[in-house]
Amino acid sequence: MTPPPADTAALSTRSVLAGEGSGGGTLPDWAPYGAFGGALVFCAAVLAALGWFTIALMLVFGCLVAIVAIYAWSRPVEGPRRAKDRAITMAIVAAFGVAMAPLISLLYEVVVRGAKGISWEFFTSDARGVVGGGGAEHAIVGTLIITGVAAVISVPIGIMAAIYMNEYGRGPLRRALTFFVDVMTGIPSIVAGLFAYALFELFFGPGIRMGVMGSIALTVLMIPIVIRSAEEVLKIVPNHLREASYALGTPKWKTITKVVLPTAFAGLVTGVMIATARIIGETAPLLVTTGVVDSLNTNPFSGRMQNLAVYAYNEYRSPGVMKQASYDRAWAAALTLIAIVMILNVIARLVYRRYKTEIR
Amino acid sequence: MSSVDTTTNAGQLLATASGGRRRRGDRIFSNTAVIAAVTILALLVGVAAFLVSEGLPALTASASELPKGESFIDYVAPLAFGTVLAGVLAMVIAVPLAVAVALFITHIAPQRIALTLGFFVDLLAAIPSIIYGLWGIFVLGPAAVPVMKWLEEKLGWIPIFEGPASITGRTMLVVGLVLAVMILPIVSAVAREVFSQTPRKLQEGAQALGATRWEVIRTTVLPFGKSSVISGGMLGLGRALGETMAVAIILSVSGGVSFNLISQSNPSTIAANIALNFPESSGLAINLLIATGLVLFAITLATNFIARMIIARSNVQ
Repeated sequence: MTPPPADTAALSTRSVLAGEGSGGGTLPDWAPYGAFGGALVFCAAVLAALGWFTIALMLVFGCLVAIVAIYAWSRPVEGPRRAKDRAITMAIVAAFGVAMAPLISLLYEVVVRGAKGISWEFFTSDARGVVGGGGAEHAIVGTLIITGVAAVISVPIGIMAAIYMNEYGRGPLRRALTFFVDVMTGIPSIVAGLFAYALFELFFGPGIRMGVMGSIALTVLMIPIVIRSAEEVLKIVPNHLREASYALGTPKWKTITKVVLPTAFAGLVTGVMIATARIIGETAPLLVTTGVVDSLNTNPFSGRMQNLAVYAYNEYRSPGVMKQASYDRAWAAALTLIAIVMILNVIARLVYRRYKTEIR
Repeated sequence: MSSVDTTTNAGQLLATASGGRRRRGDRIFSNTAVIAAVTILALLVGVAAFLVSEGLPALTASASELPKGESFIDYVAPLAFGTVLAGVLAMVIAVPLAVAVALFITHIAPQRIALTLGFFVDLLAAIPSIIYGLWGIFVLGPAAVPVMKWLEEKLGWIPIFEGPASITGRTMLVVGLVLAVMILPIVSAVAREVFSQTPRKLQEGAQALGATRWEVIRTTVLPFGKSSVISGGMLGLGRALGETMAVAIILSVSGGVSFNLISQSNPSTIAANIALNFPESSGLAINLLIATGLVLFAITLATNFIARMIIARSNVQ
C-alpha cells in the first residue's frame, strides 16, 4: 500500500479529530440554487444601475458573487471546511455551465439559421450560372466523393498497420510506428493540404486542383485516427481466443482474419465511422487542394471539386448581391455538415451496441 | 518400388503443399501488414520532404525576390507570434474550464447524467471547424463587442485591453475564446479519462478520514491527474496552433506584433494566412506559404513532442 499523501494525514490529525471544521448546523438543500439565483438578480440590478448591463457580464459576475455568497453563508453555520467545499463545488458547476453555454449556443444557432437556407433546391441543384442563388448539390456530392476516396485509401492501410502493431510488431519498427502515429495525429490540417498540393504539383505542374488531391490530404489526417481506434479494439480481443485457434493448428493469418477481426468487427466499424466523421468537415486542406467551383463534378481525377465545408466558407467569404441569401446558404451547408457528422456518430454507436461481441 | 516412390512423393508433395501454402499465406499477410506500417512512415517522411522541397525556393531566395520584399524571417516572425498568442490564449482559457468539466462529469454529476454528458462532450469534438468559425463571426463576435468596450473603459490600463475596442468583434480575444471552445472537448476528454482512473482506495481513504468532497479531489484526484492534464493541455495547444478556418474567418488582420487583444488590428496566424492567401497565389508566393507551413509543422511537432514526453514520463511512475 502506498502511504497516503501528506496532506491527507495532516488533515486527519489536525482538523477532523479535533472536531474543527464542522460548525454543527447545515444549510437547507436549496442553498446552492438560492445563492446562485440571488447572486444573478443582485448582479443584474447592480449592472443595470451602473448602465453596463450585458448578459455576459451578468453571468460572469453572477457566478463570482454566488461563490462568495455561498461561502459567506455556509462558513458561520457549517464551518470553514464545508464552506470551502461548497464554494468550490459551486465554482466547478459554474465553470461547467460556462463551458457548455457556447456549445449549446452553437448547436442552436446552426439549427435555427441553417433551417432558413434548407430547401429542395439546396439539395438538388448546383450553382452554375446562377447569380446569387442555386443549391449545394455539387458540394454535397463532392464531399461524399472526396471523403469516400479518402476512406477507401485510409481504412485498409490503417487497419493493416494496426494489425501489424498489435499482432506482429516488435522491436524498432513497432516503436517507431507508435511514436510517429502520435506525431501524425498532431499534423495541422492545413499542413496536410500543403503536402498534397506539393506532391501533385511535382507531377502536374503549379496551380493543379483535383478532387483526389483533397482525398490524399484527408488520408494523412484520417490514417492516425483509424490506427488508434483499431489498435484499441484489437488490444481487447482476449488472447485465449488466439491460443485456442493456434491449438487447432490454424495458421496465424487465418487466426487473424477468422478469429481476431470478426471479434473486433463492431469496434472496427465504429472506429472507421468516427474517423470519417472527423475528416468530413475539414475545410482548410480542401481549400488549397480541391479549389472552389460552381458546378457538379463527379470525377475526382479531373478538375476542381466543391465540398460542403469550402462551400460554406465561400458563401460567407464572397457573398453575392443578396448577402443574406448567401449567408443562409452558408448556414444551411453548416447544418447539413453537422447533421452528417452527428448521424455518423450515432450510427457508429448503434452499430457498436448492436453487434459488439460479448468478450469475457 | 514404384509404389514406395509414389507414396514418398505424394507425402512430400502433401507436406510441401500444405506447409508451403501455410507459410505462403502467413508470409503474404504479415508482409502486407509490414508494408502498411512502412507506408505510414513513408507518408510522414513524405509530408516533411515535400514541404521542405517546395518551401526551399522561398527559404533560399533573397529578400528582394520574395513577393513582399522582406526576408523570410521578417515575414514569418509576426505570423508565428500571432499563432502562439492565439494558441496560448486558447489554452489558458480552455484548460481550467476543461478540468472543471472533467471534475463535474467524474465526481460531481450523478452517475447516469454523467455518461450522457460524456458522450455529448465527445460529440462536440467532431463539430467541423468551419462551423465554429461561422458561429464566432456571426454570434460570439457581435455579442462580445459591448464586453470588449467595457474592458477597454474599465481595464484599459492593462496593456492587453488597451483598445481601441473593435466594433465588429473580429479580435484576438474572440479568436482565443472560439479556439478555447474548440479544444475544450479534447482537453477535457484527456482529463476525464485520468480523473476517473484515480485509485478508489485513495479516494475512499480520504473520505474515511472525514475529508469533504473538495478535499478528496484536492488530495487524491488532482495530484494523480496533474501530468495528464498538462499533456492534455499541450495536445489542445497543438490543435489550436494549427487551427485554420476559425481564425481565417474571424480575425481582422493587419500584421505586425501586438499583445492588444481587443483592437481591430491583429497579427495573423500562420495557418489562417495560408488559407487566406493560397487560392490567389502563384509562383514564389506559393513556395513562401509552404515554407511558413513548414514552420507551423515544426511548432506543432515540438508542442506535441513535449506533450508525449510528459505522458511517457508519468506512465513510468
